[in-house]
Amino acid sequence: MAIRTDTTARPYSGIFGLPKKLFVKLGILPFLLAIAIVIFAAMSDNFLTGRNIMNVLRQSVYLTIVSLGQMLALVTGGFDLSVGTILALTSVVGALAMASVHAAVPEAVWLAMAVGFLAGIGAGTAIGVCNGIGVAFFNVSPFMMSLGMASVGFGIALYLTGGVPVYGMPREFGDLFGFGTLAGIPLPIYAAVVVAAILHVVLYRTPFGRYVYAVGGNIKAARLSGIGTRSVLFRTYVLCAALAAFAGMLLTARLDTGEANIGATMPLLSIAACVIAGVSLRGGVGRLENVILGALFIGLVQNGMNLARIESYLQIVVLGALLILAVIADQIRLRYLASFKD
Amino acid sequence: MSRQAGKASQHRAGEGTEDHGYPCPLVQTVALTRDYPGIRALDNVDFSLRAGEVHVLFGENGAGKSTLISMLAGATMPTSGQILFRGKAVEFDNVHAARNLGISAVFQEFSLIPQMSVAENMFLGAEERRRGFLHSGAQTMKARAVLDDLDFRLDPTERIDRLSRAEQQMVEIAKAFRSDLSVLILDEPTASLTVHETDHLFALLRRLRKQDVGIVYITHRIAEIREIGDRVTILRDGRFVDTVDAKSTSEDELVRLMTGRVVGEVFPKVSSEPGDTVLEVRNLHTDDGSLNGVSATVRKGEIVGLAGLIGSGKSRFGKACFGAVGLRRGTVTFKGERIPKPTPRTMLDRGLLYLPPDRRDDGLMMMRPAFENMSLAAVGMRPFSNGWIVDGRRERKIAGALAERLKLAPPRLDRTTEQFSGGNQQKLMLARSLTSRFDLLIFDEPTVGVDVGTRSAIYEFIAELCEIGAAVLLISSDLPEILNLSSRVYVFFGGSIQVELAGDQINEENVLASFFEREAA
Ligand SMILES: Nc1ncnc2c1ncn2[C@@H]1O[C@H](COP(=O)(O)OP(=O)(O)OP(=O)(O)O)[C@@H](O)[C@H]1O
Ligand SMILES: [Mg+2]
Repeated sequence: MAIRTDTTARPYSGIFGLPKKLFVKLGILPFLLAIAIVIFAAMSDNFLTGRNIMNVLRQSVYLTIVSLGQMLALVTGGFDLSVGTILALTSVVGALAMASVHAAVPEAVWLAMAVGFLAGIGAGTAIGVCNGIGVAFFNVSPFMMSLGMASVGFGIALYLTGGVPVYGMPREFGDLFGFGTLAGIPLPIYAAVVVAAILHVVLYRTPFGRYVYAVGGNIKAARLSGIGTRSVLFRTYVLCAALAAFAGMLLTARLDTGEANIGATMPLLSIAACVIAGVSLRGGVGRLENVILGALFIGLVQNGMNLARIESYLQIVVLGALLILAVIADQIRLRYLASFKD
Repeated sequence: MSRQAGKASQHRAGEGTEDHGYPCPLVQTVALTRDYPGIRALDNVDFSLRAGEVHVLFGENGAGKSTLISMLAGATMPTSGQILFRGKAVEFDNVHAARNLGISAVFQEFSLIPQMSVAENMFLGAEERRRGFLHSGAQTMKARAVLDDLDFRLDPTERIDRLSRAEQQMVEIAKAFRSDLSVLILDEPTASLTVHETDHLFALLRRLRKQDVGIVYITHRIAEIREIGDRVTILRDGRFVDTVDAKSTSEDELVRLMTGRVVGEVFPKVSSEPGDTVLEVRNLHTDDGSLNGVSATVRKGEIVGLAGLIGSGKSRFGKACFGAVGLRRGTVTFKGERIPKPTPRTMLDRGLLYLPPDRRDDGLMMMRPAFENMSLAAVGMRPFSNGWIVDGRRERKIAGALAERLKLAPPRLDRTTEQFSGGNQQKLMLARSLTSRFDLLIFDEPTVGVDVGTRSAIYEFIAELCEIGAAVLLISSDLPEILNLSSRVYVFFGGSIQVELAGDQINEENVLASFFEREAA
């Protein structure tokens, strides 16, 4: 309790007016992007070259696709900690299937690839089916369910390979899906664009997309509006896993081996990408376009740090700190939003 | 600078105070202003509260009543202006600071922790202790004493999430009562209470008034103003309109001050020509035992009212018909088709819509834009979508038309629902009943927190729905609503129907008489 002497300062006056307005409107992400670009451009001459930009885009493809899936889970008010495992299991199963078909019928390259894709994505999606059943039908918390499945999936991936990388996939697989280009642009980038476009339609043009937001917005209201909330939740986790699995196959093509320990950082990074992009951890809020930007931002930071020769262990520190910073910034923004006229 | 402003308005507000012999109001606001993005919710409002009076705040939905009291209670901070407590300027940056001065508030939106018991909620932040440890036994006893005092029939050890909205309202009220009260603020406390609970609340308010507590009371029920109020301050569009005497100002005058125009009859004439039976329920029992053996019918083109005390089962019945409650026994027949296992989806597909009484908890997605809340129940159907793709443009057009029809203020459908005032949130939910052609509409407390002007608009459209052949089941604790609109009334008691009234039998006496246990006649 204190004597009030002055009225609240008028917002948006002075030189900080515009940035503040932008911050309140768009969140922290544009600023982080700008700061990151300036810093890395200053630290390394190679950073702002066309080649490197393309590199960043290509490297970010995997995280972007996984983050889009993660976003679905977050919007329904849950999350998926098993996305890393899904990547690993997909990679291992896909590679094993592809390699064995290739060994049996070496001339049928496309058959091998098709079988590999189906097996890999099927295996990854199966994890999502389990998550979905647990969360939607047995009311297990998404945290416990996906944490548990992360362990199950990782265990299976290690068991299948004994911890060694899987070789023996057709050359064409890596050449095409890992390193192939079309009109000078790497194929994985096209893949990400197509995935994002399809998902955009699903989220913003179909009733299902609306239901995803409704379940996260108020699950009781959704239920009383006749929305099959269980089915929506189930499909969300399956879709999330399918996206992660697809990313897993693309990454396998890039690495040319099936590995059980890829994707370990994916849960953290994908959640970070979403949160930095303004997806609410309480559900119901978040835009797809922003999530793509969020994933690109993380890709950019990783790339910049590599160019600046920052040690990889330190990089993990930076990413964790960024995540926390983003959450704090979001809180500040909410406070501004409540106290300013637009 | 602010001192000057203080003096100037002291003069204005002083006119009334001096001749009543109050030297200094208990609480006073000077040019209080509060901005929200894009909206000035409160604009230079001077308001004063004396010790020992019940001061009613009256105004349309979105007039700024809740905004005003939330600043008095420390829940939000003013953009500019001052609050004086016993003549001294104060600044609350949280509810706790206000509570320390004995200012206690019951907000429109509840602040209860669902996983905790009634008693734990009542003493949250002021727990009963013994040698530094929680002493839950004593706490439960104290809670029971307060509840008994209010004659609220609640078990202090019950968990909040097991209670209905009305019961939660009772806990909210009980929570605000403390020994060192100086100002009590009640934001639509009776919105979901029936006469019985309201009477007890009023008796208690009268007692507090004698103890020189200042009471700020917000209500949309005009009859309550005369019953409990001393002075009334009217707000319109965030601005102060007038402060008048509660006893000598007529209802019409109050409404005129509130809306700036003359509003005719609140209740429309409903011409009821019942047609075929739409809903027939036989011997319904729910899993949780809240209904035991309810049979009722609703016909095309009639409004059937469900009345009864809180916990009597009237609300449960509506939910059960919609398939949102597990049924143990009984049959539900809808439009001649026996529904073996009703679920919200099957009932909606057949043309039954249920709108829940608790908009925040069961009705609305607070973080989503307004138009999404309007279309929620119909977005997967025509005309909103063809089943696969949602027609966004048409959705907005329909939502815009509905907003206009229900006089949504402000009519900005891209705003998140949270940013609307309580009554306007209610309109967003009610708009759902117009998003498709429904054969039966179950409204549970449709006018909770809705102002008089809009209320008549809502009654109008309920009557219209009924005229075009829909059936309406109206569940309400607002007795005038039941008496004026229904062509038949079922009165519930203890999970079954106590009496069915029709035509001339529907009057206050008959309905109230059936609220309580009947002697075996
Ligand atoms: N958190 C918020 N953000 C933005 N605008 C808000 C917020 N809270 C209230 N408003 C706006 O402020 C105005 C006043 O709202 P307030 O809740 O005080 O109305 P009220 O008089 O209590 O109405 P009701 O009778 O419907 O409860 C409304 O126009 C509302 O849209
Ligand atoms: Mg209000």
